[in-house]
Amino acid sequence: MSIAVEVVDVARRFGRVQALDGVSLTVAEGEFFGLLGPNGAGKTTLISILAGLTRADRGTARILGHDVVAAYRASRRALGVVPQELVFDPFFTVRETLEIQSGYFGIRDNGRWIDEILHHLDLVSKADANMRSLSGGMKRRVLVGQALVHKPPVIVLDEPTAGVDVELRQSLWRFIRKLNHDGHTIILTTHYLEEAEALCGRIAMLKAGKVVALDTKQNLLSRFAGLTVRLVAARVPAAWQARVLRQDAGIFFIGLDHYAELEALLAALRAEGIAIEELALSETDLEQVFLRIMAAGGVEPAPHALAQ
Amino acid sequence: MKPIAGAGWLTLLYKELLRFRKVSFQTVLAPVLTALLYLLIFSHVLESNVSVFGGKVSYTAFLVPGLVMMSVLQNAFANTSSSLMQSKMNGNLIFILLPPMSPLELFGAYVVGAMVRGLVVGLGVFAVTLFFVPSMLALPHPMWALGFALLGSAILGTLGLVAAIWADKFDQIAAFQNFIIVPLTFLSGVFYSIHSLPPFFQQLSHANPFFYMIDGFRYGFFGLSDVAPATSLAIVAACALLLSAITLAILKSGWKLRH
Repeated sequence: MSIAVEVVDVARRFGRVQALDGVSLTVAEGEFFGLLGPNGAGKTTLISILAGLTRADRGTARILGHDVVAAYRASRRALGVVPQELVFDPFFTVRETLEIQSGYFGIRDNGRWIDEILHHLDLVSKADANMRSLSGGMKRRVLVGQALVHKPPVIVLDEPTAGVDVELRQSLWRFIRKLNHDGHTIILTTHYLEEAEALCGRIAMLKAGKVVALDTKQNLLSRFAGLTVRLVAARVPAAWQARVLRQDAGIFFIGLDHYAELEALLAALRAEGIAIEELALSETDLEQVFLRIMAAGGVEPAPHALAQ
Repeated sequence: MKPIAGAGWLTLLYKELLRFRKVSFQTVLAPVLTALLYLLIFSHVLESNVSVFGGKVSYTAFLVPGLVMMSVLQNAFANTSSSLMQSKMNGNLIFILLPPMSPLELFGAYVVGAMVRGLVVGLGVFAVTLFFVPSMLALPHPMWALGFALLGSAILGTLGLVAAIWADKFDQIAAFQNFIIVPLTFLSGVFYSIHSLPPFFQQLSHANPFFYMIDGFRYGFFGLSDVAPATSLAIVAACALLLSAITLAILKSGWKLRH
């Protein structure tokens, strides 16, 4: 399979902040790829470099083999970007917005595809409404539509469901899944880790401008196979402090490697006379993997993940 | 739906035209009214007191081309500066930066859009002033007038583009307009012939490129000018070329637009 996106040793500094610090990754054609990381990890900077909105201090990025600087026409034609900010041009209607965006890519008479986009994004009834009159969720849909007018083989969605209601989120994902099924490569950044878990085949995690994990979702989940205990109590036994993944106002999340460890935890609680107010057990999900990797400062990407 | 290479700029031009057409009350009618007020007030006050071109031309007639050109220039500047600045502030500039358009395409679309706006307003002002000075319709050298209008609007459209790229706030655009564009236009001989000035200020006027635009434009209406029209044309064309080259280099560098 050929390579949709190739990023090699890309770095970018803004003033005193090293936004990206030698990021390398490849995404194969047809993949549904997740780009995760806390705020300020460099996700949007990386996307901006792919889109030509920002220039890298060093390193190269290619879309379908086209360098984003040297061959920007070909690389931008291959890429559709849904920006994170809810931006719009207040002078135009929804249909005008899509027609104009299409024209920027040199495509005229794009009515049929625009109708299809309007249909899939449930915007038909708003086609002639001014952008100003739309709700936030509707504006978000138009942004998705604008990214798709030129049928880009590679689609990047930067937090597309931020502030979007559940119903739209569902219909949006149905549409994106269909596009992925039709052969489009999808790169997604999201704060909703359950979305990434449900959709993405492979995931890169960024922290402070570095790739700290890059692997298939299955490998990431199995690497941290185990359980998480959600404990509501006054405190955690001293010996278990190091196992706390996250702490949130009297609620402790404690990682266990297997069920047998639960016995040891209960014994420790009893020994120190800590009353259990609530206790729940869950299998590892992507959120816990994410928290562990971020807490540990990252794991080296497995060699086979890089070779993919 | 095969993409046509290099056709993006036509859409951007169309968008620029659609933008000012949708708010034409403010972008076309308002400046025509302003110019009309200048004409009424200045000609009423000064008609019998000011002599231009040795009395060969009435002051009101002299004023018309000045006001038309001033409207062309100010509106060309206003079009690019406000369009790009609004896109920057609203964040929708991203829709123009994401497509595969070259710096030349961006430059061409914005500047031609500004030229059209400038010429539309200029024609509007000219049409309205004809009610007061119908004799103005007999343009002896229309191609000279058109040439200066095209070059002048291109220069001001380009300056508007540079101002909007540079500015971080609307305040700064207003400052650029109020402290650079307006003084240079007012001191360029819109309202007077520079021959009526003391020698020092006559010399100073020759350093103002706007003077050549207006003087050359006026030649198209009367066949009379303070400077030979070919000289003015050469100076204005040189300014346009130099400014375009600088602006294209700025766009190519991505300064302030592609961080």
